This record gives sequence, C-alpha cells and structure tokens, in this order.
Amino acid sequence: MELIKIIDLHASIGEKEVIKGVNLTVNRNEIHAIMGPNGAGKTTLINVIMGNPKYRVTSGEILFEGKSILNLSVDERARLGIFQSFQYPEEISGVTFMNFLRLAYEKMHPDQKMSVLEFGDMMVKIADSLKMDHNFLKRYVNLGFSGGERKKSEILQLSALNPKIALLDETDSGLDIDALKIVSEGINNASKNGMAVVLVTHYKRILDYVKPKFVHIFIDGRIVKTGGIELAEELERNGYEEVRI
Amino acid sequence: MTNNALSKTEPGLNRRIIEEISESKNEPLWMKDIRMKSLEYFLNRPNPNFGVDISALDLNSIVNYVKPGAQNERSWEDVPEDIRENFEKLGIPQAEREALAGVGAQYDSEMVYHNMKESLKKLGVIFLEMGTAVREYPDLVKKYFMHLIPPNDHKFAALHGAVWSGGTFIYVPPNVNVPMPIQSYYLMGSPGMGQFEHTLIVVDKGSKLEFIEGCSGQNYSVSNLHAGAVEIYVEEGATVKFSTIENWAKNTYNLNTKRASVDKDGTIIWISGTMGSAKTMLYPSSILKGKGARAEYTTITYAGPGQHLDTGTKVFHFAPYTSSKVDSRSISFGGGYAFYRGLVRVSESAIHSKSSVDCSALMVDNVSKSDTLPIIEVMNNQSEIGHEAYVGKINEDQIYYLMSRGLTEDDAKALIVRGFLDPFIKQLPFEYAVEFNRIIDMHFNSKIG
Repeated sequence: MELIKIIDLHASIGEKEVIKGVNLTVNRNEIHAIMGPNGAGKTTLINVIMGNPKYRVTSGEILFEGKSILNLSVDERARLGIFQSFQYPEEISGVTFMNFLRLAYEKMHPDQKMSVLEFGDMMVKIADSLKMDHNFLKRYVNLGFSGGERKKSEILQLSALNPKIALLDETDSGLDIDALKIVSEGINNASKNGMAVVLVTHYKRILDYVKPKFVHIFIDGRIVKTGGIELAEELERNGYEEVRI
Repeated sequence: MTNNALSKTEPGLNRRIIEEISESKNEPLWMKDIRMKSLEYFLNRPNPNFGVDISALDLNSIVNYVKPGAQNERSWEDVPEDIRENFEKLGIPQAEREALAGVGAQYDSEMVYHNMKESLKKLGVIFLEMGTAVREYPDLVKKYFMHLIPPNDHKFAALHGAVWSGGTFIYVPPNVNVPMPIQSYYLMGSPGMGQFEHTLIVVDKGSKLEFIEGCSGQNYSVSNLHAGAVEIYVEEGATVKFSTIENWAKNTYNLNTKRASVDKDGTIIWISGTMGSAKTMLYPSSILKGKGARAEYTTITYAGPGQHLDTGTKVFHFAPYTSSKVDSRSISFGGGYAFYRGLVRVSESAIHSKSSVDCSALMVDNVSKSDTLPIIEVMNNQSEIGHEAYVGKINEDQIYYLMSRGLTEDDAKALIVRGFLDPFIKQLPFEYAVEFNRIIDMHFNSKIG
C-alpha cells in the first residue's frame, strides 16, 4: 500500500532553494535508506515532510495515504502517523519524559484509553528492550542526555507512539557498536507492525542491522540514484563522486 | 456573590474614618495611636517613584473598610452559606480536613472563619485573627507589630498601618514542629474596596512552621486595592516556609509588603506566585541578622493581557555566614509585562556569606515584555556571590519538537510554560498545583490537563 508519495517536490529556506525536485514513494512495511554528502539536504527533506515552518514548499506534492498533507500543520501530520527522529532533540526543562510521552500518546491514539499504570508498564518494557535505566523516564525531556541517550530516547518515543512511518535522521551517528545494535533492534521491532522507515545515514554500518529495500543517493537537493543495498556498498568503496552517474 | 456588607466606611481616608475602624474593633489606645501616626505618614508621603503606574488609582474613591455580614466563626457550619460557598469552591474546608493544621478565611475586611486543631493548642501554638490577638495578647503583639515594616516605610505601608483589618497572628513556642501547614485565605467580594490584612508570625527558637496564603477576588469595573503586610520573625534555629498563591482579580492594585527577620541559624523559605491583579508591586524581603541565617526564594510571576507585575526579592546579609538562594522566574504572554527587581546587600560585617541569584524570564510572544534589574552590593571581600540571568523568547525549535509528537501549538506552549515553572509548581500543595496547571491550560487554550 502506498503510504507516502512525494512528487517533484521543491522547497526553499528564505530565498534559497534546498529541495530541488524530489520524487519518492514509500509503501507500508518498506525500509528506505537515504545517503548523501553533508549539506545535500537530507535532513531538510525530513523536515519538509514533517512540515517544519522554517521551510516553504514552492511546488510539487506530498501525499500521505493518497491525500495531500501540504496544508496540514506539524501536529496534524504527526497525528496521521508521521514520526521524525531528531539528530539533536530539544531539551524541555521541567517536563518529565513520562508525562511528555503520555501526553503525546494520548494525542496520537485518542481512542486507546490507558490508565497511568498501564502506560507506565508499557514504557518500562520499552525502556528495558532498549537497555535504558528506568530512571530515565523520570528525567526531564532530553535534559543533559548524552549523545547515546538522546538517540535511544528518540527510538523509545518511536516505539511508544507507534507511527505509520518513521523519518530517522542519522539515528546511528555517534553510537558505539553495542548501542547501534540495540537501537537497530528497536527500529526493527517497531517496524514489525507494518511501519515504514526512511533512514538518513552517512554510513553503511547501520544497514547491516536495519535492512533497507531501497537505497537512495541524495546529492544537491535531489535523489540522483536509487538501488538496493549494493548501492551502499558501492558508495562505501568509491565515495559519492563515483556513484553520481 | 451577593453584597454581604452590613457596615462600611465612606470612601477615602480621614481621622474620623480611622477612629470609626478602631472603635468598632475595641482596640487599645496604642493601636489607635499607630493608626493615627500612619495616617499622617500616608498623607505626607509621595507615591513610589518606581514600579507600576498607579496614577489611575484614586485613593479617595477606595472604601477602606467593608465588614462582611458574618462574625468570625470557629465552625464552617456557622459561616453564612453565601460566603461559605465561595470558600468551598476554593476547596478550603476540604483541604482543612485533609491536610491543614489550621485555617483562617477572610471575606472583605474581616475574618469569617478562624480555627486550629486542638492538638496544636495543647502545644501552646497561638493562631488568631489579628484583631483578636491585639485584644487577647496585647503585650506579645505590641512587641512585634509593624516593627519590621514601620508605618513610615513607604506610602502603602503607611496606608496599611492606618486602616489595617483582619489577617492572622501566629505564635509558635520554642521547639514545636507544627506538623501540617496553616493556611489563611483572603477573598475580596466588594467593588471599589481596599483589603489590608495584617499577618504577623513569630516562630520561637528551634520551631518549624509552614504557612500558606491564598488570595483571590471578584472582578469589577472599578479599581480594588490590596495593601497587606506580612511580618515574620524567625527566631534562633527556627524554620518558616511561607507560600503564597496570589490570584487577585484583574481590577486590583496589589501593593503589598512582606518582610522576615531571621535570627541565628534560622531559615526563611519564600514560595511566591504572583499571577493575578492589574498591577503589582511586591518584593518579599529577608533580613538575615543572626550568624548562619538563611533565606531561600522560589518565585514566579505570571503576567498576561493587561497586567504589569513588578516583583522581586530583597535579601540583607547583616551577619557572618549568612546565605541566600534565589530562583525567580517570570512568564509574560498576551501583552503582559513582568519586571524582576532584585537586591542582595551583603554588609561589611557579613563575612563568609554566600548568595546565589538565578532569575529568568520567558516571553511567550512578540507583544509581551520582560525586564530584570538585579542589584548586588557586597561590602566585604570574603563572601561568595553568584548571579545568573536569562531573558528570552519561547524557543520555536522546542515548539516544533513537541508538535512533531502530536501536540498542538497551544499544548506545546502550555507544556513549555509548565516546565519552566516546575521548580515553583512542585513546591505547592497538591490542590494549588492542580489549580495552577489548570490556569496555564486556560490561558494557552490547551487541553493537556
């Protein structure tokens, strides 16, 4: 089933065009990797799909389950089931992770009534699966988290909120090999129920654990090449210049 | 709310009105003298030359004394139903049953309810309506009344001295740990009136007391005035925690004075939330006069549409090894204006003192204003002083982050505001914390509950 369909998308920040004609279709259950050099616009693409008001869509279309989402606000897109994970998630002082997540869960799943205890149990299970200390849930959102804790915190949110598609921005960067395995397992578990993944990464490393159906090479605001995992391997050997054509 | 006033003074202020108030209270002569002297100071003092604009406040039209249609009772059953209802809506009788050692409830110019648990009476704790204390414990009251806040301190201290009415007197004898908080609640129900309650708290050596003060009122098109006074004497080794949730109606000028003196190794803890009123000037002060005395502040000021709230903290270190810690936060939104005015003064003799001041201001939108003016004066070079200030707008990236998790923009703002105020909110009794969160939700059209 076609979950998200991006058609000839152009977007700008200020006067500067940063997304220059992207076409991408992601079906339910599919994992797509987007690889490309620094500054190519990979993170921007995720922000534009999520609706970050810093960017302006100048032409093209983004369809989610067949309907345009361009006029929807960020939270409306989130409630449709689009999830963005951040490289540098914001710190929210004075708000505990548990309270924040419970609130987010209620917004995302208004029909599912869970008691405070049930929700707490669910969170503890997810935290265990990510090998995170339970105290984590009592801490303020991302405040003073280490690099690894931030990544785990994003995957914990992903697991709890159960979206239809996860847009993951360099979730692997800065993780040691053990943490990388745990985080990858978290992503794989979350995708068991049909969730699609768009994974932005610089390194092939994570693709050994989170196996993409498609690899897209993203250069200068566009997807220049699409293939399977072999494309990532080629990239690792030859660099971006070689794969350009 | 119906008008329960049986008797009230005519608007404005003169000697005859003061005599009327004093006589109706059967006061001793010394108290009447204080009132008369205060009146003179009031008539001769100019308005403050800083803070909020009070030029629209017409003191000649304020009714300075309004007697409610009720006596001071010791049982809620005896409080007239229409007045009792107001306090029941605030959850006060219930809180009293569950979590308080004593409660005072003032409506307009007089207490309508004042009672304390028997167990505390047996420990020698005195908890009385202020006027009653003047009659029953004249020597004790005379020793402290308006010594910390002399009537000639400023114009509104003088006004207070002249027309004060109601309020609470507490004396805790040495080495008594009052196990539950005592609370007084002040309601203003009549238009155009002034409320001038006097709170006098004396906590003797080695004792502990937690006191909660709540205030609110009915909104009217005419101005109301609140000029209360709080005097707290913390004796050697004693600890007082004084919490205030001020939510006066938006027609109210809140020109209030609070001061504590702290003796050797004593501690004063101020928890102060200013959210109501049209204009406020309030700077709770701590005079650290004994070696090792401490002051702690956790304060928030919450200024919304049409409000100008000028608040702050003042600490005077007069003895060695004294310490103070200030965490002061303000929110301004919808065109509100929050001003922080802080003073830390460390005297020459207050060597080895420590002070840390942290004041931060969060503006929620582009039409709101915020200022901070922290002043630190250190007269010796053997003290440690730290200061941090932050003034900023709400962070767009934080809002985006929260919205990407399904929260609406309003919810996101409310959550950030709540988080910012968390150090204060978590100091509050539960029912106040819930109420406070509800008010934030309401102001930000949020439904996070």
